[in-house]
Amino acid sequence: MKIMSGWSLIRIATILVYLFLFAPVAVVILLAFNANQFGGFPIEGFSLRWFDALWNNDAIVRAFKTSLLLGLLTSAVSTTLGTLAALAMVRYDFPGKRTISTLLVAPILIPEVVLAVALLLFLQFLSMPKSFGLLLMGHVVFTLPFVVLVVQARLVSIRRDVEEAAMSLGATPIQTFFEITLPLMLPAVMAGMLFSFTISFDDITGTLFWKPGGVETVPTQIFAMLRNSISPEINALGAVMVIFTIALPLVAASVSRVLSMRKIRASNRASNRSEQTA
Amino acid sequence: MAADIAGERRAPWVLLSPSLATVGLLLIIPMLFIVVYSFWLRTATGADQVGFYLDNWIEVLGDRFYRDILFQTFAIAFYTTVICAFIGYIPAYFVANTPMKSKAFLLLMLMLPFWISYIIRTMSWINILGTSGALNTLFLSIGIIDEPIQMLYNQTTVVLGLVHYLLPFMILNVYVSLDGIDKNLTEAAQSLGCTGWQAFREVTLPLSMPGLAAGSLLCFVLAAGTYITPIVLGGPRDAMFANLVFEAIVTQLNWPLGSALSLVLLALLGVLVVIYTRYLGVDQIAKSFK
Repeated sequence: MKIMSGWSLIRIATILVYLFLFAPVAVVILLAFNANQFGGFPIEGFSLRWFDALWNNDAIVRAFKTSLLLGLLTSAVSTTLGTLAALAMVRYDFPGKRTISTLLVAPILIPEVVLAVALLLFLQFLSMPKSFGLLLMGHVVFTLPFVVLVVQARLVSIRRDVEEAAMSLGATPIQTFFEITLPLMLPAVMAGMLFSFTISFDDITGTLFWKPGGVETVPTQIFAMLRNSISPEINALGAVMVIFTIALPLVAASVSRVLSMRKIRASNRASNRSEQTA
Repeated sequence: MAADIAGERRAPWVLLSPSLATVGLLLIIPMLFIVVYSFWLRTATGADQVGFYLDNWIEVLGDRFYRDILFQTFAIAFYTTVICAFIGYIPAYFVANTPMKSKAFLLLMLMLPFWISYIIRTMSWINILGTSGALNTLFLSIGIIDEPIQMLYNQTTVVLGLVHYLLPFMILNVYVSLDGIDKNLTEAAQSLGCTGWQAFREVTLPLSMPGLAAGSLLCFVLAAGTYITPIVLGGPRDAMFANLVFEAIVTQLNWPLGSALSLVLLALLGVLVVIYTRYLGVDQIAKSFK
């Protein structure tokens, strides 16, 4: 009986910790729909006016576009580089592998402020002004280690025999890569893309150092708005961000599940057919 | 055949070269550059005087102001890490030992905070603790207080914000090491006469230490490098070291001084990382990505 009560205490504590993690965010979403014009309690009724205000706020719409473009470019570059590096790390043994591995993960271990300062000052020294390009470079360096780790972890499970089978059946290395390796790697690559997009989309510390004057991303825009006071618009923007960043991975996960289900069904059908013909 | 082997040997380097070039050009060289830069001097005219001057370092290491803020930064990071370790261990233990079905759900919920923007999670506390926030509204309506009380903008709220931000890192790292423990070990300990608590203390806790250490390192390093949280949730006296760096570089435009300041932060946190990797290896941190 004593063990039971110990376990239920642990369960209650766990529920409390989860509440601690999510309650404040839930309140942001709740207040985004509040009609109260000062962006706080009490709740005065349901309203969509703050979302409407967002839509008509040019600065916010511009920030959203900047974030989106930056996130997409970062994710494209970072995933390409990171996937190639992850392939090398998983598939080959070579001298100095441990050092390389540490080097690739290094940006995670360096405080973001230091990383931001170093890159900013170096490029200023080369007389390159703050620009969108600097933002992109910064975000790529910052997201690359995450892509390498995420893709590497998922690549390990792809068996090499399948490729060897394709090659022994006469496929060229390039054919093998595009028809066997790439489709098998796709979930890993997608995970890497999603990771780097979200990290880039959410980044604020580095972005504040790197962004040219007048350019805002969504997080820096929220930060700038917070300096005045909390407004219902910020809560609405927060709600949009939360829905956007949570919906994205969920949609991606279900898309990849549908795709793999379809693949399984297709292969089942193929094997049924071959059985029938046999 | 010889060409094949040479190709095989070259292949990983071809694959690695874009990433290594990126890290080298945009990280390693800039880092080396700020080391050199920190010995230059920013003159009153705004031009840099190239040379080997110790002025920035003497200012950074000698000035009480910087030392106090450095101390405060490490204190905040320390409180944050300890609190995360204590309140993070319990849910990690629960998730690791719960039946399969709810486990997947709980893990998914643990991943969610990583997808929710840091600035939103930080500012969300204003809605809870602010003068027109949830708690004040509740207390007013019950009648405990007559006027809203200011709970925000002090060191405690900075730590609170950081705990809220970093707790998932801790839980996930501890979970990974708890999940890897062979359940037979605790059962064996109990069948040999240990109480449940003893089995936990003697078997489970020591075996989960690598995860706890990895989580603590992450929490500490991320907390000590924070720039946003003290601005959003702290008062004027709660500046942390990263705020000084930003001030020196973006506001005062004293780049050599800013370089020296950021190197101090890097060196102190670097010592921690080196001690950690010396004993446990980077692999532990990489594990939580699987």
